[in-house]
Amino acid sequence: MEARLQALQARIRPHFLFNSLNAVLSLIRRDPKRAERALEDLADVFRTLMSEPRQFVRLADEISLLERYAGIEQLRLGERLRITWELDTAPIDALLPPLVLQPLLENAVFHGVEPGTGAGEVLVRIERRGDRVLARIENPYVADQQRRVGNRMALENIRERLALFFDAEARIDTSADGLRYRVEIEMPYRSEGA
Amino acid sequence: MIKVFIADDEEPARERLKELLGDIAAELPTSVVGEARNGLETLERLPGSGAELLLLDIQMPGMGGLEVARHLGSLPEPPTVVFVTAHDRHAVDAFELNALDYLLKPVRAERLAAALKKASVPDRERLAKAAQSAREYISVSERNRIVLVPVREIIFLRAEQKYVTLRTRNREHLIEEPLVSLEREFAASFIRIHRNCLVARAAIRGFERGADGDDEPHWVVVLDGLEEKLPVSRRQWPALRELVAEK
Repeated sequence: MEARLQALQARIRPHFLFNSLNAVLSLIRRDPKRAERALEDLADVFRTLMSEPRQFVRLADEISLLERYAGIEQLRLGERLRITWELDTAPIDALLPPLVLQPLLENAVFHGVEPGTGAGEVLVRIERRGDRVLARIENPYVADQQRRVGNRMALENIRERLALFFDAEARIDTSADGLRYRVEIEMPYRSEGA
Repeated sequence: MIKVFIADDEEPARERLKELLGDIAAELPTSVVGEARNGLETLERLPGSGAELLLLDIQMPGMGGLEVARHLGSLPEPPTVVFVTAHDRHAVDAFELNALDYLLKPVRAERLAAALKKASVPDRERLAKAAQSAREYISVSERNRIVLVPVREIIFLRAEQKYVTLRTRNREHLIEEPLVSLEREFAASFIRIHRNCLVARAAIRGFERGADGDDEPHWVVVLDGLEEKLPVSRRQWPALRELVAEK
């Protein structure tokens, strides 16, 4: 089971690591404080990615990973990346498998923002509805066949890990309407207290 | 003083390259004469900039560095090119295989200096081999400008002696690429109808019997958007007939 989890755990793209290091290097002379923060973010992101596989994390941890990851991408992409966060009703004590949301945000940036020459709007919305947790990540839809392939693999990986943790009670769906690409996850609300 | 142009979609990456150029200036003086944030912008801005050397990112939106380099080849005096990439195993393999100069990000000052010294104008054939997909544009050089013709607007390509005529709905251009290599590159969207002619599959409306006084009957292609009808050679007819069946 653990080996399986480890094998399934999403891995970050090397492209992201090297571009991020390069962005940090560009800051060291101009804005050393910001460079420090960026390296701290990068360290946190990689600590999470390289940690012993856990069965579950608190939503608060996954959200903080999202924010750190987004901070680094923001540095790299500047004005081109616009993220709207809708997290006011996110149940931060909910439990979920680790790295379920971060790869989706990474996909949104990789498939929806990087291939565009203009600014790309990304939406991250996490909310609780009764005994369910809903997460939605949206990005501009860019028809790009080569890039789409990697996307499906990440989705399959997340789907499998959700199934390992929640059995049939969780689902992950994608949709595209020509302008926007959307991934939605619905899972049971489980907390440590319960 | 080498005149350098920097093309990268990430602002911090462009800044970093400028910093490094500053660091090696004592050894190798350069001046940055232009910058671009994507492939199309590079092709617009570079020709008038006087750039002698281009630091060219491979992964850029709109048009990637490999395609940019192929179009630069149509300039009368193309700049020398050093490719820059973060991590793209496929690109790096293709580059090694075809002996194209490249730098890995993050770039080291010494590596940058060494690359600038030995940079060369990339070889067209090597570029074509390193490319992972067909071009989206064909470039035509007009004076010191690059005119890009979108491949999806091309109706047919016809070899005429030394040149290939590229026909769109409104215009025609002459290019100096062999028809065979165009056929190979655009096999997915063009089909050969004659020894000297490739037609866009999407532009074929149908076929008619040729109506001239030849002894042997032959077929012509009726095109979408053009009056001109193109003769089909007997040799190509069987393959084209199947296409008719599909339509």
